[in-house]
Amino acid sequence: MTLTMTRSGRRAAHGAPSARWRSRRIQGWLYAAPTAVIVGVLFLAPLVLVVWMSLNRWPLLGAPAFNAPDNYTKIADNPLFVDAVLFTLKYTALTTVLLSAVALGLALLVQDRRPGIGFFRTAFFLPGAVGFAAAGLLFYGMLNNDFGPIDPMLQAIGLTSEPVKWIGTPNMALFSTITLVIWRFAGFNMLILLTGLQAIPTEVYEAARSDGANRLQIFTRITLPLLRPTLALMLILSVTGSLLAFDQFFVFTNGGPDNSTVSMVMVVYRDAFFRFDLGGAAALSVVLLVALVGLNTFMMRRLR
Amino acid sequence: MRRRLAGISLLGVLALTAAACGNSGNGGDSGGGGTQEAGPVTITMWTRAATQTQSERLVQQYNKTHKNQVKLTVIPTDNYQPRIAAAAGAKQLPDVFAADVIFVPNYTSQGLFLDITDRVTALPYKDKLAPSHIKLGTLDGRMYTLPHTLDLSVWFWNKDLYEKAGLDPEQGPKSLKEFAQQATAVQEKLGADGKVHGTFFGGNCGGCYVFTFWPSVWAAGGQVMNAEGTQSLNDQPAMTEVFKIWRELYEKKVTGPTAKEEQGPTWTGFFPKGEIGVMPMPSTTLGLMPKEMKIGVAPIAGPDGGESTFVGGDSIGISSTTKNADAAWEFLSWTVGDEAQVEVMAKNKDVLARTDLAGNKYSSEDPRVVLINSLVAKGQTPYALRFGQTFNDPQGPWLRYAREAVFGDASKLGQLNAEITKSLQQ
Repeated sequence: MTLTMTRSGRRAAHGAPSARWRSRRIQGWLYAAPTAVIVGVLFLAPLVLVVWMSLNRWPLLGAPAFNAPDNYTKIADNPLFVDAVLFTLKYTALTTVLLSAVALGLALLVQDRRPGIGFFRTAFFLPGAVGFAAAGLLFYGMLNNDFGPIDPMLQAIGLTSEPVKWIGTPNMALFSTITLVIWRFAGFNMLILLTGLQAIPTEVYEAARSDGANRLQIFTRITLPLLRPTLALMLILSVTGSLLAFDQFFVFTNGGPDNSTVSMVMVVYRDAFFRFDLGGAAALSVVLLVALVGLNTFMMRRLR
Repeated sequence: MRRRLAGISLLGVLALTAAACGNSGNGGDSGGGGTQEAGPVTITMWTRAATQTQSERLVQQYNKTHKNQVKLTVIPTDNYQPRIAAAAGAKQLPDVFAADVIFVPNYTSQGLFLDITDRVTALPYKDKLAPSHIKLGTLDGRMYTLPHTLDLSVWFWNKDLYEKAGLDPEQGPKSLKEFAQQATAVQEKLGADGKVHGTFFGGNCGGCYVFTFWPSVWAAGGQVMNAEGTQSLNDQPAMTEVFKIWRELYEKKVTGPTAKEEQGPTWTGFFPKGEIGVMPMPSTTLGLMPKEMKIGVAPIAGPDGGESTFVGGDSIGISSTTKNADAAWEFLSWTVGDEAQVEVMAKNKDVLARTDLAGNKYSSEDPRVVLINSLVAKGQTPYALRFGQTFNDPQGPWLRYAREAVFGDASKLGQLNAEITKSLQQ
């Protein structure tokens, strides 16, 4: 409102700048056009298609048949999906907490400029350059009981007496996967937190120190509160990424053992490409999308 | 300056859009050429890694001797079904594609293959094509596929290990119980340092279980499903008896330690290394074994005897979206012709797609090949429309059932068997 008044006021004062104003508006549209086209083609159009698919029985070849709301009502009858929801929530909670803790620890370690710090920052960040599927295969090979090097190493230094079933039991499979995710993402999240840490003015720390605050007090009263926006960003990225987990489980555990590590997206994938139920898979995707949008809106409001 | 920038970006967008439209137009045309191909045509073909060797040999020989050419793409076995589904959804199937024979009924019911009934019935040897493959490729009396490769499950035993373990290296197992005894003997005599194991199986791989365990059920006269493929009979004594023997082998640590976790990609990799005494193996791997390795081959038997096999392998068909049907058929019909069958398949110890050529000049050189060829008539290929999602899919109900039966809690089996039936009826 204020903006409009100012603009119209300015317009009145300058006589007849409406042509100029119009050209600026067109220019604005033009600037936005490339992004708008990309978003439209790569996001909005597929989104509309997925919603339309979810309302139809959609065969691999041939004409779809409208069957709403069957694809949605049958979701509750899919025990694999219900289990996957619970598992994905558990995985998200564990990953987010552990990943944040490790990333924050690393960020605090490499926060100050001192000789050789660049090496450590690079080393911590480097796993982030490995593709996620490749990382899954790497861990599969490293932890393999037949040819992986980790088991013989652990046995050689006397930590274990026989090969560990890294992905052989539900808990170990989850633990191994979370280790993989932390290895892959801790450095990236460290980088995000590092930018936040370096944005905190040194004067605040100096003032706190001259007031007699100890290290713990400085951390809890200064660092954490001022890091809040950065932490919020990391949290949203981590929660969203974890809820959409696919590659790590698909490549590393294949959902096993005994369906104990099946994530929600894996069920979508299975319905679409193993059961050829494209309509059902689309319905699951829509439900997942709505839940994610809701959750992110909630988190952004709470964490702002 | 700003205006110029805006102008440039608009131009960029327009150019991109035009390029995108142009591409889709060209893409549509380039796949085409109509059914009346002028001049040599290159057709595209997909196959899965499990039967890669056979497909590659056929394609190589065909390309050497024909004007039309085949461009083969090999896709990892585990990803094959999703890739076919994605390609079908996008109408980008190759001109011809091979598929695991047990998935064929589902593919034909989805309309992925072109009806080739008239072309097949015109073949002089139409009645001699592998019957199980033809049966699964027929829907409502119309034919859609030809047999491409035959892959039978048999028991391989390592004669050197047998000798070292004090067993007769020329006598393989004649029943599943004998199999267990011989595997146990190898384990007890040679397994102390953990490098040699009595036997091995893919314990976290649904397809491996059906391929290697079910023949023992058939050999004992049992069935695993009803004829329509809509009801699971895996809770019947014929199957539970087989599970029991394997369970004991695992509990006595006669199987390799990683059998429980084996997801499938590497289950055949241990035998050629000389680490396993006796185990079920795909017949297609016989030609790939190390030359110096002495291997015995026996039919899979039931707990007390009998003989059977899982007649697996691939069927091949022309995709319903192809524009090169004639060129595709020229290749397909050549693969089941005399030259390809004898000079490519039989020469490399492979099982033939035609029963009338079983006694050819190559197969008689190796009695093991004769044995494998003879099993085609005794074995079975189970039929079910929902086979893949029930038995092969790692998240399907069968894998959970088999794992509970071999490693877990037998009290859950009743309910899990009902889930298999439910999945078959979806």
